[in-house]
Amino acid sequence: MATAQALPSSRRRFRSFELILGTLLAGGMALAVLLSPLLFPDGGESMDLMARLVPPFQQASHILGTDPLGRDMLARVIVGGKISLTVGLLSMLGAMTLGTLMGLAAGYYRGIAEMVLMRFADIQLALPFILVAIMFLAILGTGLDKVIFFMIVAQWVQYARLVRGSVLALREREFILSARAIGVGNLRIIFTHILPNVLGPIVVLMTLNVANNILLESSLTFIGLGVDPLIPSWGGMLADGRTYLQSAWWVSVFPGLAIMFTVLGLNLLGDWLRDYLDPTGQTSK
Amino acid sequence: MSDNTPNLKSSHQPLLSVRSLSVEFGAGFKAVKDVSFDVEPGKTLAVVGESGSGKSVTSLAIMRLTDYTGGRIVGGEVMFRPAQGEAIDLTKASDDTLRSIRGNDIAMIFQEPMTSLNPVFTIGNQIAETLVLHERLNARDARLRAKELLQKVRLPDAERLLDRYPHQLSGGMRQRVMIAMALACNPKLLIADEPTTALDVTIQAQILNIIRDLQQEMGTAVIFITHDMGVVAEMADDVVVMWKGEKVEQAPVRDIFAAPQHPYTRALLSAVPRLGSLQGQPLPKRTPVMVMDGGEPRLVGETHVQNTADYAKPLLQVDKLTTRFDVGKTFLGRVTHRVHAVEEVSFDIYPGETLALVGESGSGKSTIGRTLQQLVEPTSGTVRFDGRDMAAMSHGDRRRLRQEIQYIFQDPFASLDPRHTVGYSIAEPIVVHGLIRDRKAIEKRVHELLEHVGLQPQHAKRYPHEFSGGQRQRVCIARALASDPRLIIADESVSALDVSIQAQIVNLLMELQERRHLSYLFITHDMAVVEKISHRVAVMYLGQIVELGTRQAIFENPQHSYTRKLLSAVPIADPQRERAKMRIEGEIPSPVRPVGQEPAIHRMREVGPGHWVAVEADALRGAA
Repeated sequence: MATAQALPSSRRRFRSFELILGTLLAGGMALAVLLSPLLFPDGGESMDLMARLVPPFQQASHILGTDPLGRDMLARVIVGGKISLTVGLLSMLGAMTLGTLMGLAAGYYRGIAEMVLMRFADIQLALPFILVAIMFLAILGTGLDKVIFFMIVAQWVQYARLVRGSVLALREREFILSARAIGVGNLRIIFTHILPNVLGPIVVLMTLNVANNILLESSLTFIGLGVDPLIPSWGGMLADGRTYLQSAWWVSVFPGLAIMFTVLGLNLLGDWLRDYLDPTGQTSK
Repeated sequence: MSDNTPNLKSSHQPLLSVRSLSVEFGAGFKAVKDVSFDVEPGKTLAVVGESGSGKSVTSLAIMRLTDYTGGRIVGGEVMFRPAQGEAIDLTKASDDTLRSIRGNDIAMIFQEPMTSLNPVFTIGNQIAETLVLHERLNARDARLRAKELLQKVRLPDAERLLDRYPHQLSGGMRQRVMIAMALACNPKLLIADEPTTALDVTIQAQILNIIRDLQQEMGTAVIFITHDMGVVAEMADDVVVMWKGEKVEQAPVRDIFAAPQHPYTRALLSAVPRLGSLQGQPLPKRTPVMVMDGGEPRLVGETHVQNTADYAKPLLQVDKLTTRFDVGKTFLGRVTHRVHAVEEVSFDIYPGETLALVGESGSGKSTIGRTLQQLVEPTSGTVRFDGRDMAAMSHGDRRRLRQEIQYIFQDPFASLDPRHTVGYSIAEPIVVHGLIRDRKAIEKRVHELLEHVGLQPQHAKRYPHEFSGGQRQRVCIARALASDPRLIIADESVSALDVSIQAQIVNLLMELQERRHLSYLFITHDMAVVEKISHRVAVMYLGQIVELGTRQAIFENPQHSYTRKLLSAVPIADPQRERAKMRIEGEIPSPVRPVGQEPAIHRMREVGPGHWVAVEADALRGAA
């Protein structure tokens, strides 16, 4: 039994490493974005036409260099995080909540509701994203709220399918049966017994989803259906830098790195959260 | 390692000799410590022990299969004498040598025949594979041999069976296929790891017969790993008893049962329920259990006759209960087949009484329990609880019924939510039924309940995976008691537990029955436990009760041929006893029927006071 006790403690130490690094990356980025009005009162808008496309680490006033209009990269990367993180996180949370509820209902109650919901989900998955986006946003008009709304509508399906699948396996498990035998009502079974047991896969999907949403927002902005292209966002900056990739790599690389570190941090936090939620500590990767 | 085993006679050499074998898992956890034993050619050595005793690891280590499960052999040797050539130390043999020995000189059968057969190949292909590999037969000859082998394990219609897939066979048939595969190359040694544990008793009896007959015919030595002392008594020549990774005793089978030396062996044997131990006594009886307390055996519990039943007015009346499930639908959703799980079953349970529902898989005994607990809707029939008809109850009344009837499942680990503490799980029925509102009072009640079932209050904060199997079942019992029920349905609740734990849980259930005047519906396939715990017994076969009577009547005067068959199939933990004379053959028929084909309902006749037997058709009587 010596091993059985030695194992979790070594795991826990490793896990806390994930927590620390994840908080540093994702939390640091979020903090910088929140403080950006104080750090960069100009909102990264002020242009210095004498210092266009300055390479990084050459001028103290432009540590990360400047873009083709001579705007400071550091300021733009941090200010641009505002749109990207808002869209990424809010649409993820919305899609997660909607999809999870739908998936729980479909998987637990089965019947007609499940059939309709799942066929609807299949149809939606079969439609090309950009095409629907053009139609949808052309009708509704553009703007931050509409982009988030559209992304929720486009992405809840993933959660619904994932959750439904897990619920189908869970609802036949004996502890659900035994809860029912005790007289526990349906809603209580769903929220206290089923939901905690499907959280693991949901958390993993959530972290992947944030990254995806940040990139989707940029592609929407790129085709002119996203937020105002004049407001900096990571996705938009990536798209802008595309033409300068040969001559000025830093214009697209730094927003790219910002996305990467944020997503890496969120993934680490997600891993930690999944293991933290599982008392057995036996979740395999 | 010098060992006082008397096997070093010069007249014959052992086929396999294990010397101070030690196996380690992970960083320093020793699953097997310094174990030595010999296997003589053509003899059966039983390795017995409870879960975690290292018996399976020992068998895997002999085949060096521990290499694939994360174990390391850290000491000792395993000398094996193959058909040709010198003895080999398997712990040091090369991978090539081992491959030629595995399946050829040493074969193995496992507990779960479904998982050890590959689902995408036919039976014929899988047997032929071994033959092509080791005997270098061509495909046609291999198929012929495969057919012979299937006939050898007494599988009917071998020719057609060769082209079937594993999922088309019943559990017993699959285990026979496994035996046929194991014997394909005439191995010198067969290692059988709990080969009959997952099977019904009548099927188990058949499989044991087959192994015994084939062993005599082919002269194979067998290492039989089991936890079941009854199987040991029926099969073994010699016995090795393992406890906590060590060999504590080794002796010929008669000596083990007649004069066990080590205290653990004595405790183990005292816990084994023996069929016939309560002969001549009308009521079930609690008897003390010997438990190992830090290496010393200690008697726990008291002798007490269970005179708790009160036959004035029944608590539960079941009348012509029928439960069927639809299976097999046409493309348009028309039902073509139904499982006739329960057909017109009637019985009563009285306050303070234990009614045992016994039968094999597919007999419908669990479905009855689940129907009573409202987990499954009945097709027809009435159930009255305390005089009130369940079908006529309001929604709220039916909910309250779930407070008065509780259910304990077979697998305590599966029936506890892994994400909640056991304290939460035990409190849940109290919260759900609103029995106590105050948080502090609920906590106090949970602590009391834990103490009632022999656990400690501070255990409430732990999670299910932090308990042993027996402790988990205690948690489940505490949970069932939490809502202060009057009837508890125990569905195979002690079947998955080690015998010493099982004896303690059975005693706990009986003690609680006396203290709280509980009624039990005790669903099980284990006749020996039934004899110990129940006041009355109902024997089920294919969805119907074929015999119902007092425990004494059923065990001492069984009338129905199926009851007799069931009783004679139970392995008895006594090697002195004559082996069962009754040859049991045949599978359990399937309860699935096409729509419109109704099964015939048995007529019951009373043969003694309260002793009812189904009238048997002559054809059935002749076949049995």
